Amino acid sequence: MRLKLLALGLALVIAAPAAVTAAQAEDGIYIPLMSYRTGPYSGAGIAIFNGMHDYLNMLNARDGGVGGVRLIVEECETGYDTKKGVECYDATKGKHPVVSTPYSTGITLQLIPKASVDKIPVLSMAYGLSASADGNDFPWVFNPPATYWDGASAFIRHIADVEGGFAKLKGKTIGLVHLDAPYGKEPIPLLQALAKDYGFTLKLYPVPGAQMQNQTSLWLDVRRDRPDWIFMQGWGAMNPTALKEAIKVSFPMDHFIGNWWAGGEDDVRPAGPEAKGYSALGFSGVGQNYPAIHDILKYVVDKGNTQTPKEKVGEVLYNRGVMNAVLIVEAIRGAQRLTGKKQVTGEDVRRGLETLNITEARWKELGLPDFAAPIHLSCADHNGHNGIYLARWDGTKWSKASGWIEPIKDKVLPLIDSAANSYVSANAGWPKRSEACDKSS
Amino acid sequence: MHVLYLIFVDPFMQMVHSPDLLMQTLWDGLVGGVLYALIALGFVLIFKASGVFNFAQGIMVVFAALTLVGLHEHGVPAFVALGLTVLVMLVLAFGVERLMLRPLVNQSEIILFMATFGLTYFLIGFGQLVFGGNPKVMIAQDLYLPSGAIEWKGHFGFVSFQKIDIAAVIIASIMVAVLAVFFQRTRIGRALRAVADSHQAALSVGISLEQIWVIVWFAAGVVALTTGIMWGARSEVSFSLQVIALKALPVLILGGFTSIPGAIVGGLIIGIGEKLGEFYWGPLLGGGIENWLAYVIALGFLIFRPQGLFGEKIIERI
Repeated sequence: MRLKLLALGLALVIAAPAAVTAAQAEDGIYIPLMSYRTGPYSGAGIAIFNGMHDYLNMLNARDGGVGGVRLIVEECETGYDTKKGVECYDATKGKHPVVSTPYSTGITLQLIPKASVDKIPVLSMAYGLSASADGNDFPWVFNPPATYWDGASAFIRHIADVEGGFAKLKGKTIGLVHLDAPYGKEPIPLLQALAKDYGFTLKLYPVPGAQMQNQTSLWLDVRRDRPDWIFMQGWGAMNPTALKEAIKVSFPMDHFIGNWWAGGEDDVRPAGPEAKGYSALGFSGVGQNYPAIHDILKYVVDKGNTQTPKEKVGEVLYNRGVMNAVLIVEAIRGAQRLTGKKQVTGEDVRRGLETLNITEARWKELGLPDFAAPIHLSCADHNGHNGIYLARWDGTKWSKASGWIEPIKDKVLPLIDSAANSYVSANAGWPKRSEACDKSS
Repeated sequence: MHVLYLIFVDPFMQMVHSPDLLMQTLWDGLVGGVLYALIALGFVLIFKASGVFNFAQGIMVVFAALTLVGLHEHGVPAFVALGLTVLVMLVLAFGVERLMLRPLVNQSEIILFMATFGLTYFLIGFGQLVFGGNPKVMIAQDLYLPSGAIEWKGHFGFVSFQKIDIAAVIIASIMVAVLAVFFQRTRIGRALRAVADSHQAALSVGISLEQIWVIVWFAAGVVALTTGIMWGARSEVSFSLQVIALKALPVLILGGFTSIPGAIVGGLIIGIGEKLGEFYWGPLLGGGIENWLAYVIALGFLIFRPQGLFGEKIIERI
């Protein structure tokens, strides 16, 4: 009898929180965050999820949620592990989430086929499958404001500018130092295509996950091959290690450029002043000097309702998290506008994402003037292929080092079309788009 | 034919034509090898004393380095933080002996092995709870570890010796030598070997099992701290550092789980072998072969010496 009571008690303890969240979800809009505050990539994950969480909490505290409905934010720890990410998705989908944000290309690839079945849109902000920018083939997947292919092509455009034109790229050697994982490999097809078109040689330098902090051999290869430029598609501890090794082999920092996930403060701090001149792509503002960030400080941080130390608010990846939360919220607002409902569903938010239109004026209204380039999505274009800027590390801080650099769209877009077609033909039975198209706001 | 040329001729031509790169590869391999040896030593000490493969050695590296940097972040001067970290590793050794090993005396090895899994998850959780999951910068300068490089230039090119790598080789070599002498030549070392052979026999001749376990776990903790400082200075201190400890596995396969000289020689063979393999033959396979090459090297040796280079040949009669 005692054993039975014990078992019953245990079952209640385990089931109660889930039941409470499910019940709460009825009275609010449920947004699960697939976070990674532990494991090898936690350094980057903590900053991003703090930014997302704080912005959403700020809206609850300041405005009472979105359109009068409270946001229910719940984190599920993935550790950047694809298997755990899928477990998180399965564990939360019963609570009627309005969107999933996998924050890992590996997890995103797993969720893409599930999105249309479960009617939960996937928002992979500037990560995931580049081909999913094609809204006709991937109506449930969104990856604004730029794909990895846009990023890599913006890098090529930048070095062409420095070298004196695209013609000057002929005969050059460009290295790609990348995490040997789906995320790291994503820009390879685009760079291979550009290498063919512009006549440069592409050298690949893969970094296995287990070797992130042991890259000596790779950088000896770099010393031997002497590439003219290096682009880094790195994440977590891979980035600071690569910078230190690059310094060791005297690779010129002004010819070393990271993508937007290789440009956080923690990536460059260990190398410090020696990494001066290293640049990284960026698409969101840095610093606390925005009214919305002030509101986060006022309504969340100063009240102690956060895990973020005050001085970390406004850092590169923190603000990236804020931007991701803005996209979610704007999609929810769009869904409320389109449907006239306050309590929206995943299907509604998919429509909200498809009609997302954040103009310069709207960024200002949101308290984030000049925070990012305007974002305009449509039924066919789920990405926007926005411009990207270059941030440069001056030894102590990041500062903007360029205007908006446009991706090479005439190369990227045909590749996206063909990759999307290949994906559809490789996955027999891939559903044809049946979702109606709303008018953009 | 071209493939054979690329495998058997081209790498050696490169070595002749660019001796600076060969020397650099050998130096980097040596540095990596010494650090691998140091990690392997942590495993060997505990395996010798208790027959347990300590799965927690990797997280001990992270935990020790995090404690050091974390204390310093809270305003503790660097060398005081270093002393306090050593003390924390001693407390950990006592804790492991009292709470984990003592209740498991005479249990089978697999039980003890699984207990080290538990210890790993405890240290991961505890470490994150106390120090957070953010990566930290190693306080190399505060510990007066050198920075910068010495470049040796000649008609052959140049070889760069990072001062932190030189320091790592010297410190790790001294540490390995001291531990080797301590455990081979002293009374405690003999007691350790007795415990490794049989817990019950060691107890019957008056050897304190508890004392030996505390000593070896503490020594493994100090080894972990040294590894954490050296590796943290080359990159950053984060939880991904625990994966580095897995590099000790091929070293242990090669050198034998019970041999201190085996850990040293095995570390050097793996360190230099994987760097040469990756640099000269890696490009043929698309690069990134270092990760598994170490195991291939170890397995190659095992074909000829199944007990490892210095491991004990165990004959079990059935």
